[in-house]
Amino acid sequence: MTRYVVRRLLQMIPLLFGISVLLFAVIQAAPGGPEAALLESDRFIDPQVIEAYRERLGVDQPVPVQYARWIGGALRGDLGVSFSTTRPVSEMIVERLPATLELMGASFLLAAVMAFVLGVVSAVRQYSWFDHFGTGVSFVGIAMPVFWFALILQLVFGVWLGWLPVAGTRTVGATSLGDHLLHLVLPATVLAFRYVAGWSRYLRASMLEVLRTDFIRTARAKGLAEGVVVWGHALRNAMIPVVSVMALNLAGLFSGAVITETIFAWPGIGRMFVQAMFARDYPLLMGILLLGSTMVVVFNLLADVIYGVLDPRIRYE
Amino acid sequence: MSSDRAVAAVESAGGATLRSAFWKRLRRHRLAVVSLWIVGVIALLCLGAPLIAPFDFDAIDLGSIRQAPSAGHWLGTDDLGRDLLTRILYGGRVSIVIGLFAAFVGTGLGSLLGAVAGYYGGRTDTALMRLTDVVYSIPTLPLLIVLASYTTADAGSMALTIGALSWMTTARVVRGEVLKLRSMEFVEAARSLGASNGRIIGRHILPNTVGPIVVGATLAVGNAIILESSLSFLGLGVQPPTPTWGNMLTDAQATMATQPWLSVFPGLAILTVVLAVNFLGDGLQDALDPRAEAR
Repeated sequence: MTRYVVRRLLQMIPLLFGISVLLFAVIQAAPGGPEAALLESDRFIDPQVIEAYRERLGVDQPVPVQYARWIGGALRGDLGVSFSTTRPVSEMIVERLPATLELMGASFLLAAVMAFVLGVVSAVRQYSWFDHFGTGVSFVGIAMPVFWFALILQLVFGVWLGWLPVAGTRTVGATSLGDHLLHLVLPATVLAFRYVAGWSRYLRASMLEVLRTDFIRTARAKGLAEGVVVWGHALRNAMIPVVSVMALNLAGLFSGAVITETIFAWPGIGRMFVQAMFARDYPLLMGILLLGSTMVVVFNLLADVIYGVLDPRIRYE
Repeated sequence: MSSDRAVAAVESAGGATLRSAFWKRLRRHRLAVVSLWIVGVIALLCLGAPLIAPFDFDAIDLGSIRQAPSAGHWLGTDDLGRDLLTRILYGGRVSIVIGLFAAFVGTGLGSLLGAVAGYYGGRTDTALMRLTDVVYSIPTLPLLIVLASYTTADAGSMALTIGALSWMTTARVVRGEVLKLRSMEFVEAARSLGASNGRIIGRHILPNTVGPIVVGATLAVGNAIILESSLSFLGLGVQPPTPTWGNMLTDAQATMATQPWLSVFPGLAILTVVLAVNFLGDGLQDALDPRAEAR
């Protein structure tokens, strides 16, 4: 296992290199070059000042040199300086990261609990009304535009019922944890809903397979309570493939956070990404994209490792 | 290419029975049949919008602004007095075409790259699959947002951009299928008849991977419609006055509390079409998988 993980970690190096090259190319493809957004602003009128600034940014150098400088910096944790705030990009990301991780974590937990209940119960009662209902809800979750769902929840629970706050992380002046958690409910629900569908379907299929196996019949024959058989014996085996899918999707939560954070004014990386897009703040966009991609790569590895740890039948050579 | 003509003569048997078996299996999937009808009817209504829509999509009527659904305006009007039903029909044209075209681009690209990688193997395979890994690892929506902010937001470039970022899964699946098929005897037979590589891929290998390709393409249509609406939400979609379901939803955000119908109906339109397309994909998966015959 250790050897396998080491090998996978080594394979990550060329992959991350490829990602950085592609991202750099995408940012270079910005109309007029990424620096145009900065240099065309009213702050710069004097051509000499512009030239001096281009030199300072290093954009007078050939593109490969620029890439080498950027990746060299990125390896040392220096992602350049934001155009819009002139602060280091890495500092800005670190500042916003906790909010995003909190939202992602809460959504992940929520989606996992919902998916497990839905998946297990619809497998145990296959073709019951609950099963059909679960299938329906799952498909709706995938087919709905995220922001539309968010707007409807805001309208119903925020405006009509007045139960939940619709934006931000806390009420002005309030410091209690309860107030903060209330603000987390709607964004976490919206972000989670999409994944409940996939995971619960997957778990249902996996449960149906396991429930037909001999060791389940043995467990029942021993006279174990049905609850113990289902939630103890069957689920533990059925969840193995599902858990690795869940780890894979962790990275997808990052994509979803872009829209969700924007709607709920959640001060995380996703919202900062959208703001950076409007400000044409390319160093910041690049930094966030690189972080997001790294998360995908790491979670992919995590998914495979979890699979190996949970299922002793899997042998990585 | 004369040997190809000889090959074609040998090949041209069969096909019709397979097709009828497919329809038989699809018809058993009730939900998929209903979905096919729903998608078909909605698509026809939207494509026929200029003929059947009760008003012009940009007909401003300041005498009847912000009306709730009524007999005159079935789905109500917006704050310029434009008929919502008309705009949904016209918006559907653009949204559905974007969905179809993006799915076509993405699936076509994916099938081609996957088939080439699987068939030729070796260094070509390694290079293409590493490229797939790289693009796969970059979060799609953020990358799409950056690319969409570069281009002018017309329906064509929108569909191209979405398609250009949705080929990776198809490429992997098709490559896997091709790897399996490549060493099969009927491919060997075609090769010994003198068929060219292009012909073997196009006539013998890809038709056998049609199942996963069609299913993937179907799901891609729904996905592209959702992505278009997400981009519209950020102001990067097709720009007004051309209506799309995405930008109609975006415009309706501010009036969600006072005129909920303006956002409810376009959202329902997206939900219905994407839902139906996904059910259809599900049904196709069962119908196109010959091993599912036993069920």
